[in-house]
Amino acid sequence: MTRPQAPSVVQNSGQVLPAGHEPANLGDILERVLDRGIVIAGDIRVSLLDIELLTLKLRLVIASVDTARQIGIDWWEHDPWLSSRARPPLEPGPRDPEQVEAERRPRVAARARRRDAELEEWDDFDG
Amino acid sequence: MTSTAELAADRAAPAAGAWLHGVVRDADPAALAAIPGMDGAPVRTVSAAGLVAVVSTAPLDEYGEQPLRRNLEDLAWLERAARTHHAVVEALARQGPVVPARLATVHTDDSRVAESLAARRAELVATLDRLTGRGEWGVKGYLVPGAAAASAAAVGGGGVGTAYLRRRRAQLTAREEGQQAASAAAEAVHASLCELAVAGRRHAPQDRRLSGVATPMVLNGAYLLDLAALPAFTDLVRALSDRHPEIRLELTGPWPAYSFVAERPEPALTVREPW
Repeated sequence: MTRPQAPSVVQNSGQVLPAGHEPANLGDILERVLDRGIVIAGDIRVSLLDIELLTLKLRLVIASVDTARQIGIDWWEHDPWLSSRARPPLEPGPRDPEQVEAERRPRVAARARRRDAELEEWDDFDG
Repeated sequence: MTSTAELAADRAAPAAGAWLHGVVRDADPAALAAIPGMDGAPVRTVSAAGLVAVVSTAPLDEYGEQPLRRNLEDLAWLERAARTHHAVVEALARQGPVVPARLATVHTDDSRVAESLAARRAELVATLDRLTGRGEWGVKGYLVPGAAAASAAAVGGGGVGTAYLRRRRAQLTAREEGQQAASAAAEAVHASLCELAVAGRRHAPQDRRLSGVATPMVLNGAYLLDLAALPAFTDLVRALSDRHPEIRLELTGPWPAYSFVAERPEPALTVREPW
């Protein structure tokens, strides 16, 4: 019988932490038990791909953003049915860096327009 | 079959199915007695076709089709089910190779489980053989913001306005370049890791809104390793981490081989014929 050595987690380079004391990240677990593993047709037909699970995905987003975020699941991201047609707003979620960037962009662009002429002069001068 | 006593018993204890955790070659009864299943009682085995299925008793008022549908939509229930199922699979993996079943594989009774074992015997045996002496490790890579921008920021010259705009332009360019560099690094890291692994697979990256990590995940890899190769693999992850400062690597494991039991084709295992 094979006996894998004690579970370990390596964070970054160098640091090796024993993971046996900490429960594994729930997102990592759900990703595996829901999406991988062998599919054997049981008698109870609740396909994890069927429409009810889509409801679950939506409910996770709408009603339980905080919980969903904690457990790190993101089915709808690569689910074309959800991401193309039914992607609900993710409020109140954490600030998405890209969204923050997008909101800043018009202001930055306005500033840039005001200063563009100035910059060109400076560039000429520097050159 | 229809005695009064039996009818009374039926009312007292609702019918129970069998929740499949995984399939092994053999199981140590003493070890199984210490593993709690879905209903809290120890898991048990169903043997057939030279294989052993490890199952939990699953009362159909909770695990029947309609209740299961409802329960899977309840996050608290889902979490408990996922953790319990995973804990059983992990305990089995510590004893030897296991083919984990996907969550919510429920049969109406043990004889149906036995039929499944017999029907899938060849595939299950082949998978168990392939997993013997091996384990799955996960390597996630996260983008490190600014790793590619450090050099651009050092460019000086000009007045305050120029400096600001140069910095701004550099930031925007660096952002794009940083993402490209991180993708390229993820590709390179995966390729290197695959050289040491028996098989490797890239899963869809977890979304950052939900992973709890502010920076995007660019690599969500799973690697099947010979246990003897683990020290070399760990060293390689460290070396790759140093070589690619544009991504931060995280190694987790050992996991039961969830990513390497599906029947779909596994490109990583395909032997390329030399031309």
